[in-house]
Amino acid sequence: MTRTATPHRPGGSESGRDGFPRVLHAEWTKFRTVPGWVSGTVTAALLVVLFAALAGISADQKDAPPVPIGPGGGPVTDSFYFVHRPLTGNGGVTVSVSALHSLIPTGPADLRPGAVPWAKAGLIIKDGTRPGSPYAAIMVTGGHGVRMQDGYVHDTAGPSGPATAASPRWLRLDRTGDTITGHASTDGTHWTKVRTVHVTGLGPTAHIGLFVASPPSVHGMGTRGTVSTAVFEDLRVHGHGGGGWTGEQVGPDSPTFAGYLANTTGSFTGSGGRLTVTGAGDVAPAVRETLPTGGTLADILTGTFAALVAVTVVAALSITTEYRTGLIRLTLTAGPSRARVLLAKAVVLGGVTFAAGLAGALLAVPLGERLARTNGVYVFPATSATELRVQLGTAATLATASILALSLGAVLRHGAGAVTAAIVALVLPHLLTAVPFMPADASNWLARVTPAAAFSVQQTLERPHQVTSIYTPYNGYYPLAPGAGFAVLAAYAAVTLAVAAVLLRRRDA
Amino acid sequence: MKPTAIREPAATGIVVAGLRKRYGTTPALDGMSFTVRPGLVTGLVGPNGAGKSTTMRVILGLDAADAGTALVDGRPYRSLRRPLNHLGSLLDAAAPHPGRSGRDHLLWLAHAQGLTARRVDQVIDQVGLTPAARRKAGGYSLGMRQRLGIAAALLGDPPTLMLDEPFNGMDPDGIIWTRRLLRSLAAQGRAVLVSSHLMGEMQDIADHLVVVGRGRAVADAAVTELLAAASGDRVVLRTPAAAHATRILTRAGATVTATGPHTGPDTVTVSGLPAERIVTLLGGNAVPFTEVTAHRATLEDVYLELTRETVEFPTSPQAPR
Repeated sequence: MTRTATPHRPGGSESGRDGFPRVLHAEWTKFRTVPGWVSGTVTAALLVVLFAALAGISADQKDAPPVPIGPGGGPVTDSFYFVHRPLTGNGGVTVSVSALHSLIPTGPADLRPGAVPWAKAGLIIKDGTRPGSPYAAIMVTGGHGVRMQDGYVHDTAGPSGPATAASPRWLRLDRTGDTITGHASTDGTHWTKVRTVHVTGLGPTAHIGLFVASPPSVHGMGTRGTVSTAVFEDLRVHGHGGGGWTGEQVGPDSPTFAGYLANTTGSFTGSGGRLTVTGAGDVAPAVRETLPTGGTLADILTGTFAALVAVTVVAALSITTEYRTGLIRLTLTAGPSRARVLLAKAVVLGGVTFAAGLAGALLAVPLGERLARTNGVYVFPATSATELRVQLGTAATLATASILALSLGAVLRHGAGAVTAAIVALVLPHLLTAVPFMPADASNWLARVTPAAAFSVQQTLERPHQVTSIYTPYNGYYPLAPGAGFAVLAAYAAVTLAVAAVLLRRRDA
Repeated sequence: MKPTAIREPAATGIVVAGLRKRYGTTPALDGMSFTVRPGLVTGLVGPNGAGKSTTMRVILGLDAADAGTALVDGRPYRSLRRPLNHLGSLLDAAAPHPGRSGRDHLLWLAHAQGLTARRVDQVIDQVGLTPAARRKAGGYSLGMRQRLGIAAALLGDPPTLMLDEPFNGMDPDGIIWTRRLLRSLAAQGRAVLVSSHLMGEMQDIADHLVVVGRGRAVADAAVTELLAAASGDRVVLRTPAAAHATRILTRAGATVTATGPHTGPDTVTVSGLPAERIVTLLGGNAVPFTEVTAHRATLEDVYLELTRETVEFPTSPQAPR
């Protein structure tokens, strides 16, 4: 001790930053000076990258047939039975559909008549038979009336009701340049225009004719292929082209086509102006169920759940170790505004976790995509804006989860208890939704009401209304939109943080 | 005892008035009142469970009292803008995170108060922790952790310091160093409050003592006053002619008893006469004596006297209540 014994001047210097920034600075210093917390957070980021690399290299589909891509760039199902002839230049075709019946398998070799709402039978004009080529079609469906569709994703409703022998539907499709117009009629004389569409990419000579498609139907937790048969009459073509009718299965080897059921095949037979056509498949956007080998950004970011565990442990321990060692008393002695201390901890932890999560996601997505494509895996496309949303959303989810875990730690004041609670709230529901045999209702419920709803930020697949399939988180379809799903987690975190703040204020430290 | 005398706004130090607090049905504080004045080392002593640590936690705003006030520099601790510039504290349980170095432990604390790393290195040097400052605190001995805690208390250069059991786990060198530090802090005009459950630790460092038992101050006085009160003005006299001496001294107005702090054969205790007068009387009457000693009580004696009825956990085999 060499201090001089002059009377002490009370107060000290009161310059520099004040209030919340100081508490924030202190909490940041606290965080960065515990090596375990820093390495835990870095580990979380690395886990995201590591799982992406594993997802990318573990699948090998180099010999798989190419996935048909539609004019919009998305994967499509383009497999159907096509009875066609060439049409050069402008022209048109009309027909009446008097029946559309579907068969659904009920056992290994047992087919029974059943309803396939999106079974299709009608007229189509298409730029050849290459899967994914441009087309426009007007059709009768099993349960959705007359529809006009083009480009695989566009769908317009025409007259409703089924086509039967007593009440057939007349359909007409006309080409003028790139303009295709579809008409429907219930009597063959009075026509209603369904829609006019512009189809780019139709060559001067297109193929025109009849088609039948029969998409898979959903049975419990899986889908089964179906086959449908339609009866056409009064087929009339006007325009140049000529030649006879050719029956052909489009896209028989396409990965989005499940093939024909046992003892069935695509066919067409004609007698007395009546044509009977049998077909399977669909002309529609591909969904996960029809393209199960396809990968999504959510698959590449599988490591998010592992990162979540690491982040949760760091976040919970960052406050519970203060209680265990008694450091919380010094913390509150240095910053007597307790709510402010808790908020500063949340900001530091959330900020650090966001940065780590974003770094991980920014590295993982391009790496995973590149490795997957190198191995021939088809990755469902996402725009760069969507990709950025997935990456930012993943980082925000990890950050918000860390704040939830911190708040649980402040409420429970016990490390193991807080980590367990956070994992039960966050990781467990996510793992349950990732179980393939989880019923869709249960899975969707979990993805709506639990904090795991936030995983919807990784959703890149759209749910086409004209495709019946299994839309579950397991398949990459979340019941909530990305923003809404994230809001569920944010609400949990905000409420828990508020409870923690109230308890911290009220309780003796 | 009354805090009113010190309560002018500019007052530095700690004023505790009428604190009451219960944990469930157990009363921890039962009307605790005392003041800690600048320029003095005030000892807060009492048996374990008497309410010393609870009082300190209430002063720091960590625990809420059911009744009463605790003011630091005239204000409740939690209303202070930069609390470490008003009151530096070391709590018994203020352990650093084991994975963080001692220097980093002080660094975050400094950042919380807008202080610099230079100030951190100053206090590390002041407490003699420089060689260990960058090691993980998990490897520190209890004595090193106490020094780190003292460094934290000094960080804000506060006019008031409050240390809970700072000697616990310290080696003799550390104890001597801490005593000197506390004396010098008081000499600089700071108010220093030190708690201990061992009265012996207060010997030679405390100017003022607050003795607590069962949640309240049972004595609050200057050390010199307490010692004088406990010593009385008793003189121990050793003489082979005890009966003769007793007659002479009694005639001169003294009270002579055969019992007292130092009993034994040929030993009596004289009160009511100063030692010099006794020597003169005995010499004048040719009474032989081998020893005349003014009795000095120790703080230990004072403490035992004061806390005899308030010890929460007496060492007798009967369990308390």
